[in-house]
Formats: sequence, C-alpha cells, structure tokens
Amino acid sequence: MQVSVKYFASLRELMGEASSVIDLDESVSVSELWQSILDSKKVKFDNVMMAVNMEYVKSEHQLKSGDEVAFFPPVTGG
Amino acid sequence: MLIEIRNKPFNAYAEMQYYLDSLDLDGKYGATANFVGTMRDFNEDKKVTYMTLEHYPGMTEKHLNAIANEAIEKWQLLDVLILHRVGKVKITEDIVLVACWSAHRKEAFESCRMIMEQLKSSAPFWKKEETGSGAKWVEKNTPGF
Repeated sequence: MQVSVKYFASLRELMGEASSVIDLDESVSVSELWQSILDSKKVKFDNVMMAVNMEYVKSEHQLKSGDEVAFFPPVTGG
Repeated sequence: MLIEIRNKPFNAYAEMQYYLDSLDLDGKYGATANFVGTMRDFNEDKKVTYMTLEHYPGMTEKHLNAIANEAIEKWQLLDVLILHRVGKVKITEDIVLVACWSAHRKEAFESCRMIMEQLKSSAPFWKKEETGSGAKWVEKNTPGF
C-alpha cells in the first residue's frame, strides 16, 4: 500500500523534502513508519508529533492505504 | 464563529469590532474577552528582527475549529473569533487574536484562556526567528500557567 508523508518546519529541513510517497506493507503503525524513515535517512529527531489525515494519533495507530501522514516538531504558534 | 489564517498584517482590535458588527448580538452579549499576541523584538534575552510562521494548511484550520466548537459547547458562548498570522511577521504586528462573546464574564474569561492555551499547545504552527546572526526555529512555547 502507499501513504503520503509530509514534514514541517525544522523536520522538513532535516529531511530535505516537504513530502514524499512511501510504499508500505500492510499492518504498519505510524511509529513503525517513523522509525523506518529515520533509519533510511540516517537521522535522529526527538519529540516528534504525528498526525494521520489531519488528526493527532497515538504511536500505535495503524495506517491504511491512501493515508496522509504528517510528522512535525512540537508546535509553537500563538 | 470565524477562524482564519492570514498571510498579511491585521489590526486585532479593528478586526474584533468589524466581526462584532457583522453579528446580531445586540442586547444578548454582556461580556467580551480577548487575547492578542503581538510580535516582540526579543526572545530569551536575544534580539529578534522578524519571524516567519508556518502552518499545516487544512489541519490547522480543522484543529482550531474543533477547539472553538468545544469551547462554544462547554461555555455556551454566543460567538468566537480566531485569527492567526502566517508568513513573515514584523515587530509590533499582531500574531494571534482570540475573542469570545458570552452573556457573563466567567464564560468569556475561561473560554478565551482555554482556547489560547490549546492553540499554543496543539495547533500546528511553527515559528522561525531571525536574530540578526542567523535564523532559528523556536523549540517550545513558554508555559501559560
């Protein structure tokens, strides 16, 4: 299955891209996807926030084909 | 209820009056509470010359809508206005406006505070400060309590 991935702010700069499409096996959690991205990019990043289809999710959230997954640093608006 | 992300400067107090004039609340509201966040020229003892604000189009609006709807339901508010800047923000420009209208002050005060704190802790916005000696992402917001 495929999911689209977005990165924001300092994480976008670290990844060197704003978005990508990633092929995944079925039954992958959002945290497993995050770890595989860190491994493939050979980077580290603490305190990531995760959203799927524009809603915050827990790390064990299971992904579905076509999901929009976003990873970003702690928010600093206001 | 109105929630807007703006990429140009706005005058928070003029916007609040303009929005109030568009409502039919005459005689109904007895309390208005608002919070206005404005661009400083310093942060953590360092001079800041300007700031760039980024958001997650779609999610940010959706999340602010959810926060405002929760407040309207919890405090039986008459109306809520939230404006937030993105893009390049200069010193003295307004960054955020939260305004709440209710019959009595308790609901207006409490809801305005709750919306602002939730916005700060969970709405997907990010600030990058230009300090004159390089740009730096703000890593966390100061505590509100």
